Amino acid sequence: MKVEVDESRCLAVGNCALIAPEVFDQGDDDGTVVVLDAAPPEHTHETVRAAALRCPASVITLHDDTTPPHGA
Amino acid sequence: MTDSIEIPIGGRAAGCPFAPVPELYEAQKDEELRRVTVPSPMLGAFDAVVVTRYEDVKNVLADDRLRMGGSMPYQAGNLLSYDGPEHTRLRRMLTASFTARRAREQRPQIEEVVTAALDEVEKAGPGADLVQLFCTPIPTLVICELLGVPYADREEFQRRTAIALDFSNSREVQMEKAAEMEAYMAGLVAGHREEPGDNVLGRVVREYGDQLTDSELAGIGNMLLIAGHETIANTLASSIALLLQHPDQLAVVRDEPEAVDGAVEELLRYVVPATILPRQASGDIPVRDQEIKEGERVVASVLAANRDLGASGEDLDRLDVRRPVQRHLTFGFGPHQCLGQQLARMELRVALPALFNRFPELRLAVAPEELDYRTNALVFGVNALPVTW
Repeated sequence: MKVEVDESRCLAVGNCALIAPEVFDQGDDDGTVVVLDAAPPEHTHETVRAAALRCPASVITLHDDTTPPHGA
Repeated sequence: MTDSIEIPIGGRAAGCPFAPVPELYEAQKDEELRRVTVPSPMLGAFDAVVVTRYEDVKNVLADDRLRMGGSMPYQAGNLLSYDGPEHTRLRRMLTASFTARRAREQRPQIEEVVTAALDEVEKAGPGADLVQLFCTPIPTLVICELLGVPYADREEFQRRTAIALDFSNSREVQMEKAAEMEAYMAGLVAGHREEPGDNVLGRVVREYGDQLTDSELAGIGNMLLIAGHETIANTLASSIALLLQHPDQLAVVRDEPEAVDGAVEELLRYVVPATILPRQASGDIPVRDQEIKEGERVVASVLAANRDLGASGEDLDRLDVRRPVQRHLTFGFGPHQCLGQQLARMELRVALPALFNRFPELRLAVAPEELDYRTNALVFGVNALPVTW
């Protein structure tokens, strides 16, 4: 899985950092998304998908080898 | 178009305050979007498209053609008074103070506030009203920290806030306290201009003070106060009222620390303090095969959407604090999604288990049917919560 984000449209709500803190954080300046691990390990995939689905601006795109990409 | 039916502002069923009125369930089942009349204390009665399905509410709220549209009285500095790039600019000044990490860092401070409130409840003894002694002081004191209200002023600040935001008081009394609050906020802003404090308002002054007027800064302060006070106080109160009527689920919150985060999400999904979100379409907005027309008012029913089964197959009309975390729209969605939601979650996660652990035998001091719910207020809650132990 590869994680891609569009920081310019991020609303800094922090759902991703709440749901998958090992993969997402929020920047100190304006709270927008920071990806900690762009190729997260298998055991985090489920929470990463949940984080992408809960993003209110749909700025998280996942490229997955095994399942179709989420994030739309 | 369906004939206009009237839906009460809160959209809550009589005699069953946690559930939506039957009309909302019917609207949810209907393929066709419904137009309804909503009696609003702030706007007078208005006609609106009511959106009730989870996916529809989410899509509509994320659409940038959906605007606040004067749904709330204008106040400089209040995020709900802005849309589009102006809103983004102002919101970005505040977001760094409300991150998930920041909320975690605030935990010890919240624990202190909660312990102090519990001491007051214990001092008052059985019969104590949790709304007055627990649910209201907690968010108020947390906001005092955000704004940098000095300790010496806090008692008066709490008293003033409680009166100004209590809609059961006469409008005159409320206005008087609101004017005092505004004057106080102006004083706080002036203080931060001179020496910016180590808190949210101080940080905004330090980093963006040259881009904001004093009235915008005071407006930001007022917004943090109002948005963070009433919603959390009422969510706490209605969550406690609900759990006291479901002792088995209360026991989960009390005895299983690892279940608390999930339980809080379920309570947020079920309780829904901001029952409806009023908006206006600034352009045609597609909803499935239909359209909300430019200029139409829109009412998103979070209450109904949070119980929309969708594909889950779960019985979402039932409270179940153990269920796998369900999606919910209690904090809204899209650009106006609640700024303070991670802080709100943290307050609930700390306060609820602490209360039930301090008073393991806590129960209502009145019959459940005697509880006076605020079903018609914009923010749902319960007016008093007398308890015994």
